Amino acid sequence: MSRGLHQFLEREPHDLTTNPSPQNPLLDATGVTKNYGAVAALRNASLSVLPGEVHALMGANGAGKSTLVKILTGAIKADAGRILIRGQQLDVRSPADARRAGLLPVYQEPALIPDLDVLSNLRLTGTPVEPFRAWVREIGIPDLDIRETARHIPLAILRVLDLARALAVEPDVLLLDEMTAALPANLAEKVLEVVRRQGDAGRSVIFISHRFVEISALCDRATVLRDGATVGVVDIEPGIEERIVEMMLGTRIEKTRVAARAANEVAVAVGGRPRLSVRNLQLGTKLNDVSFDLANGEVVGVFALEGQGQDELFAALAGSIRPTGGTIDVDGAPVKFSHPSDAIQAGIAYVPGDRAEALAMQRSVRENIALPFSAAPRKWGPIRMRREQVVVSSAIGRLQIDTRAQGEVQRLSGGNQQKVTIARWIAANARTILCFDATRGIDVGTKQEIYKLLRELAGQGKSVLFYTSEMEEVQRVCDRVVVIFGGRVVDTFPVEEADEAALMRAAYGLPRGAKADVGILAEVKPGSSAEAAS
Amino acid sequence: MTDIATMPQPVSFGRRLKRFMADRPLIPLIVLLIILVVILQILRPGIVNERWIANTAKFAIPLAILAGCQTMTMLTGGIDLSVGTVATMSAFIMATQIVNQDPAVAFLLAMLPAVLIGLVNGIGVGVFRVHPLIMTLGTSLIGTGFLQVYQRTVIASGARIPDFLNWLGTGLTYGFPNALLLFVPVAVLIVFVLNRTGFGRLLYAVGDNERAARLSGVRYWQVITALYVLSSLLAGITGLLYIGLIKAPSLSLAEPLVLPSVAAAVIGGTSIFGGRGGYTGTIIGALILTVLTTLLTILQMPEGGRRILFGFIVLFVTAAYLRIIEDR
Repeated sequence: MSRGLHQFLEREPHDLTTNPSPQNPLLDATGVTKNYGAVAALRNASLSVLPGEVHALMGANGAGKSTLVKILTGAIKADAGRILIRGQQLDVRSPADARRAGLLPVYQEPALIPDLDVLSNLRLTGTPVEPFRAWVREIGIPDLDIRETARHIPLAILRVLDLARALAVEPDVLLLDEMTAALPANLAEKVLEVVRRQGDAGRSVIFISHRFVEISALCDRATVLRDGATVGVVDIEPGIEERIVEMMLGTRIEKTRVAARAANEVAVAVGGRPRLSVRNLQLGTKLNDVSFDLANGEVVGVFALEGQGQDELFAALAGSIRPTGGTIDVDGAPVKFSHPSDAIQAGIAYVPGDRAEALAMQRSVRENIALPFSAAPRKWGPIRMRREQVVVSSAIGRLQIDTRAQGEVQRLSGGNQQKVTIARWIAANARTILCFDATRGIDVGTKQEIYKLLRELAGQGKSVLFYTSEMEEVQRVCDRVVVIFGGRVVDTFPVEEADEAALMRAAYGLPRGAKADVGILAEVKPGSSAEAAS
Repeated sequence: MTDIATMPQPVSFGRRLKRFMADRPLIPLIVLLIILVVILQILRPGIVNERWIANTAKFAIPLAILAGCQTMTMLTGGIDLSVGTVATMSAFIMATQIVNQDPAVAFLLAMLPAVLIGLVNGIGVGVFRVHPLIMTLGTSLIGTGFLQVYQRTVIASGARIPDFLNWLGTGLTYGFPNALLLFVPVAVLIVFVLNRTGFGRLLYAVGDNERAARLSGVRYWQVITALYVLSSLLAGITGLLYIGLIKAPSLSLAEPLVLPSVAAAVIGGTSIFGGRGGYTGTIIGALILTVLTTLLTILQMPEGGRRILFGFIVLFVTAAYLRIIEDR
């Protein structure tokens, strides 16, 4: 009989009141180490969570957050280290063990089985249904049909259901990985409120996020990881952000906003015939009427709440789905894309937000970057290895991809993976890049690098369409921003006027007051926003 | 067992060995092959000699080429169960057509069903998205049916094994099987295609993440159609080699090779889920299976017992090997 099972049988049913002293951490991990081949994902990580605290786990991508979380929840085994829960050393050999110990994670990717309905998913994990429904209502989804198949539920809702499922079993330690990513603002707010109340109720939460606003509003303390080691534990107080960033990066954060602004002014001078011209684009019920232009040397932002048709817009421009109406012109000539290769032929490349969608995870960095080179049948012959090496290395160098684990892309950190998906199109010299939430869930440092790269590309006369769910990114990267609501372009701002209030109003479909429209798209129908809002 | 609750300790010898193996997945396979040969030599001292090696190579080669078909299709997440039928068809047609036709014409006639079946497989899998298992099983049955019709209605002349195929299948030159003249170029070609050509890259990419390949501009049906035609052509050529070795055309000539060809690719480390593997491992896998067959034959077990043992060993080896090379 295994040691783990003995411990499980002997353990008392856990009750927080038996061990409430704040000096005794609920969860105490020290010296946690994990190597993947030659790469050390964790060198010496520690994490100590007190009862009733919301504890932020922070670190740049590749710092080891995900690895630590996976070890805590039993998804992978550590090479060394000690984990105490309620003062007891514990074997966490599987997610089920972690669950029995009162540790429950909610990962970035929803863990519901797509082909089962919500109720069956609940039964699968033995989750009580009534508490689950209560939590779902609490978070602000009053009309959930639990007979709905998970596959048909939008991502944002799925994440909420995942959270509610975890809350329903009342875990002692709840692990939230980028919980608010991909959530529309209203849902995110509710979720944060619920998390805060967990702390008040004496339960602990480990909260992983890149958003300082959330962390300062929510967390009591933060543990900061860098390069697989814990570099500090701080109390969250006003003004702590700078220090945390310093700890995460090891250096002072670069002020790229100024640099970006300067680059913008250069870019505005570029013009002429639009690179991409979209008119009255329609796609079923998802896109009703989208028109805008993208000039050479321009970065146009697309801002929208969850599910307003932005996915379909990008898919149509990338050649993944055919629009049902409207026209797309590239360099003044009409095009009809029936496959992504048509779009690529026209120099239009698509970078999806989900890296798992764009990368062959078991293949090398080099093969992933060089993939488009072999796509067409006339390129199926022998590869000119040396020339490929030169092109790939230059793209790797330009994006500063960390190539220590280049043999398999799946061993790279999320930020580096995202860089590979962009490097591919730098190597292929694409003239237009469609970036769909390309900075989702990656660290501050890598984000900065990507912003800088996009500005550089614009400076070279290339054009970028940039969808983001984070408003501050609009300010940092874009020359103009197009706001989509209900499948229509409801407004267009030059970046100087795209302050958060204006964007938010437009994204919720509210009219902009008496101010005149600016930009190429001056023909927004007067009734459209009101109609879409109703 | 190590787990997270144990204290830090230096990396154990076992772990280091495992990591070493994970980096060089061929080594455990070669070690296994050598062990099997040694066991054979112990059970029957003196059996392992020049003649035995040449003989083993002769029987391993057709299996290795068919396993090459499996390796390539498995890299895309597919499988080609029609290789047996295709090999049988080309062998049977060659042996019967050579009686009245010019050898070149007979050869072309023999390769025709291979190309057709490959094309149908490729279009079925690539365009209509039929599962490769079902698709190739289906065309395999259809092919066998056609061969029966062909046997009853078309031929009236009997069969003959062309001298050249005889020479290629069984002949030795300076102690080396002539079949190597076919096999070495084929093996070099497969390894080269997989590692150094755009097409090879696409096989891995499509098998690893079809969506990513699509977003990179790869048209799935083109890759898949070309792949299954290539696989069928190789199977057809194997059929010609095999008839030279077996010398008795029948309607189920190469059928017994189908499942071993899949097993050889799997033992060789190619993932049936796609994206992972290579041909060198497959070749050693084919050798292992051939030596294993010899070993079980000299044990003088009844046929049933031999099969049971064969099945268990294949299962055990595959499971153990995957555990060794996957460093998790």
